[in-house]
Amino acid sequence: MKAICFYFQIHQPFRLKRYRFFDIGNDHYYYDDFSNDDIVTRIAQRSYMPAAEALLGMLEKNPQFRCALSITGVALEQCEQYVPEFIDLLKKLVATGRVEILAETYAHSLSSLIDPEEFESQVKVHDDKIQELFGVKPKVLRNTELVYCDELAPQILAMGYKGVITEGAKHILGWKSPNYVYSAASAPKLKILLRNAKLSDDIAKRFSNPDWDEYPLTADKYIDWIANTPADEQIVNLFMNLETFGEFQARESGIFQFLEALPYFAKERGVEFWTPTDAVTKLKAVGELSIMHPISWTDESRDTSAWLGNKLQNEAFQKLYSVAERVRLCDDRRLKQDWYYLQAADHLFYMATKHFADGAAHSNFSPYETPFQAFTNYMNVLSDFIVRVEEQYPLSIENEELNALLTTIRNQEREIETLNKEVSSMRKNIEHFNEEHLLREAKAAEAAKPVAEKKPARKACKPKAETAAKAEPKKPAAKKKAPAKK
Amino acid sequence: MFGWEFPPHILGGLGTASYGLTKGMWECGDMDISFVIPKPWGDEDKSFAHIIGASQVPIAWRDVNREYVEQRIGKYMDPDLYFKLRSHIYADFNYMRTNDLGCLEFSGRYPDNLLEEINNYSICAGVIARTLDFDIIHSHDWLTYPAGIHAKQVTGKPLVIHVHATDFDRSRGNVNPTVFGIEKDGMTHADHIITVSNLTRNTVIEKYGIDPAKVTTVHNAVTPLSDELLNVQVNKPKEKVVTFLGRITMQKGPEYFVEAAAKVLKNNHNVRFVMAGSGDMMDKMILLAAERGIADRFHFPGFQKGKQVYEMLKASDVYIMPSVSEPFGISPLEAMQMGVPSIISKQSGCAEILDNVIKTDYWDIDAMADAIHAIITYPAMYNQLREDGLDEVNRITWDKAGAKVIDIYRKVIENR
Repeated sequence: MKAICFYFQIHQPFRLKRYRFFDIGNDHYYYDDFSNDDIVTRIAQRSYMPAAEALLGMLEKNPQFRCALSITGVALEQCEQYVPEFIDLLKKLVATGRVEILAETYAHSLSSLIDPEEFESQVKVHDDKIQELFGVKPKVLRNTELVYCDELAPQILAMGYKGVITEGAKHILGWKSPNYVYSAASAPKLKILLRNAKLSDDIAKRFSNPDWDEYPLTADKYIDWIANTPADEQIVNLFMNLETFGEFQARESGIFQFLEALPYFAKERGVEFWTPTDAVTKLKAVGELSIMHPISWTDESRDTSAWLGNKLQNEAFQKLYSVAERVRLCDDRRLKQDWYYLQAADHLFYMATKHFADGAAHSNFSPYETPFQAFTNYMNVLSDFIVRVEEQYPLSIENEELNALLTTIRNQEREIETLNKEVSSMRKNIEHFNEEHLLREAKAAEAAKPVAEKKPARKACKPKAETAAKAEPKKPAAKKKAPAKK
Repeated sequence: MFGWEFPPHILGGLGTASYGLTKGMWECGDMDISFVIPKPWGDEDKSFAHIIGASQVPIAWRDVNREYVEQRIGKYMDPDLYFKLRSHIYADFNYMRTNDLGCLEFSGRYPDNLLEEINNYSICAGVIARTLDFDIIHSHDWLTYPAGIHAKQVTGKPLVIHVHATDFDRSRGNVNPTVFGIEKDGMTHADHIITVSNLTRNTVIEKYGIDPAKVTTVHNAVTPLSDELLNVQVNKPKEKVVTFLGRITMQKGPEYFVEAAAKVLKNNHNVRFVMAGSGDMMDKMILLAAERGIADRFHFPGFQKGKQVYEMLKASDVYIMPSVSEPFGISPLEAMQMGVPSIISKQSGCAEILDNVIKTDYWDIDAMADAIHAIITYPAMYNQLREDGLDEVNRITWDKAGAKVIDIYRKVIENR
């Protein structure tokens, strides 16, 4: 028994407009709406929508077909804005119950490498968004660009995910095969799914390359390769961008027909389709996998050098996360939104100064002519953003001090709330007490009218005065403190 | 080779490039190079080429003895060569203003009677061509094209001309017809044309109507700097320094630098701008800086020579070359050698081979101001450009350029 585990990635960053340094402090809108609209609409029409329709058709015709999708929060936002019809298609796909949605960072950020708190909160925000749109809760996590290392595993497990997806990088695997489920060395309960780089890239990168010695690739031949892997290798993880279909590989190359034909040949050869959740529940881990340094699915080196490979990228990355704590403290919605958009790893990707094949890949996607332009523009935007964060909370106050002040404010709020509750419950008690008393009084009156009348009146007054005294001196004190902190 | 300038007595990039290329070719081995210049000073580096001064070439017979020649020009030329040359005088030039050795005087600069000097140079070239034994003629820039053509006609040897600049670059399109005529003539007679950038190559093809197959680009390179120059000591001002180094002429786009400076200073006051050099637009630029109200932060230290150039660079944080049209532009490479991040215009030939520089359009003062701001505000940007720039520029060496030129020679000789 063998299974294919498909997962398709959907991501589009909010590209920045040309932002000059004299805009710093004057212009707080950073995005190139025209090109974002243009690019997202074009890719949706050429790739996302036809691919989603193809998947829908495959699900209808092949009851055994299953797959997973991963959509970043920022991509979802852009689709909602520019191509809402694609969201409808996605909803249809998820409604079949055979398409899984994976968890990931909302902003397609590299927060996992620097700021665990931010990472967790972003994954949570993303899960909420998925729940809101599709009514499902993701169970397997796919970190941005498949970034993963041992350090992350305990956190991911604690966040409640059963499995994590990463790259089957050669320098990590060595002689091992990616076609098994592994468990994390630092958190053995967390299962790891590894991308089969060769078979994934056969589709994603080589499919329409006439210089490739396997060209042309047919579904028949491809399923043959999978079926002919060693018998005890049970799962082949094919992870790729959804843009592979129609954008990286043009429609004319026959990529859609190839995709649609896969389930038929798979059925013939007895190959099943699983979602990542299926894989981590059905299969036992064959062994532990230790990954010391972060790996990813990008560039030849399969590490984080695509985003953090030179001084420019590291400077931008450090600067950005230097304000992370402050941004989390504030609740300005626009600031939070910009915070997410600016974290997209793509902005760092454009600053790469790599050469040869990797360099070509970087400049292909970049809206900038040079990495230096990318850096300048991003830093100018970031400078303005930091100015705005500082306006909310002046830099002169240390983070810890600020934190302490904010906690007292929050604590006071909570205190006021509990006191209010206390007051209202006491009021209820008094009312209750009064009612009971009246009843008793009535009974007593019936028994002995003139004697009992004075006593209960005095008792009822006493507790009322007490509660008033308790509640009042605290309230004004709290009020006095609160505005001073703002 | 015919050239006009040779270090250490140079007036522009031509001398540096001729020197570097000749040395680079010599390093490739198996080359015997004679380099003709109008006027040698005696302190030229003769280790890799025979320097022949046109001002020591006799064009009229004078009966002088060996001792006299030795005493008069021994510093510049071997007397044997003088006598050899004397026996190859091909016409009677006594009507010209010759001196006691039958030689012409040259200024070796760009005097007002430049055209006359070019003509005289070509007369001397005739004598030299008849005397020496060589396989190929190589003329550097339009001043020496007539000499090259003359030598070719006399000997029938192939002529390669090296276009370091065209008049379209120098004049922003208002071409001097005489200069254009000389250039066009040289290109037509040449067996092959070497240009210093694809930008110049296109000018040669489009503006001069030359067959593209005959034109090849060989980008310039740089000679490694001595440790003495790399480690010059200067007192750095507190502020960041942005430097422009070059002739202050229309071709170099100085006004765009002033405008960009005004933009930067509006937001960032911790910076000074320097426009070092001289030229016909200097006064205008001083006026413009005053008009923009930035004269207190914009400095004109005048023409810099020799070591001063490197001191200037050492004190700088940014080097800028906003040239409107620059056939190659060697100065940003020198700045990079000194570890100074550079901003260059896309209209410069060196933009074709450099990666670790900021490239903007010469007219895009917004982008230029932005780039200046980025380098002086973001340390990562400065360090990245500085270190990778150093690495990059150290790989651009003359021996590679020399090898390409030798390759062209080979093809030209084979095709005859």
